[in-house]
Amino acid sequence: MLYRIAGQFKTNYRADHALFPVRQDAVLLAVILICALVVFPLTASEFTFQALLIPVLIYSLAALGLNILTGYAGQLSLGTGAFMGVGAYACYKLITIFPEMNLLVAIGLSGFFSAAVGMAFGLPSLRIKGFYLAIATLAAQFFLVWLFEKWAWLYNYNASGAIQVPTIDMFGIRVAGPTASSIVQYYFVLLVVGLMTFFAINITRGHIGRSWKAVRDMDIAAELVGINLLRSKLIAFGVSSYIVGVSGALFVFMWRGAAEPNLFDIPLSFRVLFIAIIGGLGSVMGNYLGAILIVALPVVLNIVPEALGLDINAATLEHLNIMIIGALIVTVLIVEPHGLARFWAIIREKLIIWPFPH
Amino acid sequence: MDFLHSILIKPFADMVAAPDFLMQVLWEGLVSGVLYALIALGFVLIYKSSRIFNFAQGIMVVFAALTLVGLHEKGVHALLAVPLTLLVMLMLAVAIERVVLRPLVNQPDIILFMATIGITLFLIGFGELIFGGENKVMITEQLLIPTGSYTFEPFGGFLLIEQKDLTAVIGAIALVLILLLFLNRSKMGRAIRALGDDHQAALSVGISLSTIWVLVWFIAGVIALATGIVWGARAGVSFALDVIAYKALPVLMLGGLESVTGAIVGGLAIGILEKLFELYWGQPLLGGNTETWFAFVFALVILLFRPQGLFGEKIIERI
Repeated sequence: MLYRIAGQFKTNYRADHALFPVRQDAVLLAVILICALVVFPLTASEFTFQALLIPVLIYSLAALGLNILTGYAGQLSLGTGAFMGVGAYACYKLITIFPEMNLLVAIGLSGFFSAAVGMAFGLPSLRIKGFYLAIATLAAQFFLVWLFEKWAWLYNYNASGAIQVPTIDMFGIRVAGPTASSIVQYYFVLLVVGLMTFFAINITRGHIGRSWKAVRDMDIAAELVGINLLRSKLIAFGVSSYIVGVSGALFVFMWRGAAEPNLFDIPLSFRVLFIAIIGGLGSVMGNYLGAILIVALPVVLNIVPEALGLDINAATLEHLNIMIIGALIVTVLIVEPHGLARFWAIIREKLIIWPFPH
Repeated sequence: MDFLHSILIKPFADMVAAPDFLMQVLWEGLVSGVLYALIALGFVLIYKSSRIFNFAQGIMVVFAALTLVGLHEKGVHALLAVPLTLLVMLMLAVAIERVVLRPLVNQPDIILFMATIGITLFLIGFGELIFGGENKVMITEQLLIPTGSYTFEPFGGFLLIEQKDLTAVIGAIALVLILLLFLNRSKMGRAIRALGDDHQAALSVGISLSTIWVLVWFIAGVIALATGIVWGARAGVSFALDVIAYKALPVLMLGGLESVTGAIVGGLAIGILEKLFELYWGQPLLGGNTETWFAFVFALVILLFRPQGLFGEKIIERI
């Protein structure tokens, strides 16, 4: 009833291929956007901003970047964390070398550094395939984190070896640094994530996106129908690493405030990979659903025992948390290997034909 | 010129100048290489028989070692704790097959790979919940492993070989020989290899998929326990050990995912080369700690020339 598509006639090709061919989808998006732009910021507490809203957005952006590479172009990557690190360190260097630079521009530019590094490590993908390719991204992961630690120029030779976000103003408003308010940072992240998502949706459903899918499904066949494999794979590595790099810059500048090299170690890569897989490979929306689940789960698990009056110490809770996430991954994979995005697709299909079974 | 000299000539001059140190380095590399090879062997067995890229192998090492030490702490005699740990590993194998693998038969490789990462996380959480997260000491003496050391004086220098390392190497060789004998001579072993060659054909001659999977995961568990004892004796038992799980990945890729020989050769090669590189190139020129990435970069370079690894099956692609 709610999701009736009858009566929405498409009279030309453009209308049929619009971003939202079904009116209800556009309405739903509008509701989500109103929530994100007005309702959440008005109602959220400081804790909600820092523990839920901002990390969910940043993690879903990172997962979106990974999803373009793994879900759309079919190249397994285990080095997401290091590419986020490249974005973060590039942004830090840009800001410290050019203090006058607009932060938005710096973050946009830092993505290009990680795109370049990503493409360099993507070059072997033409010869190495499948699980063997994981070694290329793992090499990137361990080598880059080592580099962040040893190359003192990257963190401006400071004694702690960590990067500290300086105080940055943009158009007279404080956007980064210890004194920036959460609500400003939230809007900043939302703007960047929104732009990136729009870009990602359009690139994945266009010519380039189709060539990625062809490469993913069978690369030799794709080559035979005239797709340039090198170009297609390298664009995938580049676009993916760009988005991941931007999310890494946001990760440090808008959320963590400071970063040590080991922050970008392999657990971060896996965390992002979980989000992409649980959300659904080869979907844009899935990343948001996955990020909500993975980020919210620890927060919920911390609150529930307190609410129930149980006294569980922090270490036990931490272990339980890891265990539950592990079990959750296995469960999601068994129940629906295509992730949460597929769940939504099923629900939507059911809603369209409801109340009839077929 | 100075730069080239420090890369190309000086390290080799150092090696010749102090042959006893070089031998010590080679020995240390060999011992860690044996451990890498053991972990990679667990991976290869599972990959061969089920095409599952088992990320959990490294954590199974820690889990087995923790169970052994944990049981001993509860008052079980060390020599009794070993068969009990094996029983736990068998139960784990059955549970993994029942709960995780059976519902996921026929899924794409990456889904199964992710499922093993899920198992990894579950085992980390579960292990820490039961045994606690702190570092434990491996019960080396209680297992009757000698802990003394031999010293030699080759070329008037000094070479120290610990007895537990020697035991580890001999034990690993014995384990590999038994395993090869089992795979090549016993009925079950042949069934495992048959399953690796062709799933459908193996099923049609009456080989039970689930039995073999449990068996393979159990053998991987036995190897994990052996690795856990050896590594634990060197570095203590804690979940920090899972870094060696990542080390096994380049070993595997270097040797080829399907090859037992590859796992052994790859393990030894990486163990020795990363020690040599760290001591002769890494520490003087790059600021040290190159062991974290050397194996990966080395494997990557080799893979560029042989995409299926040194001993892997040739990848034939068809439309």
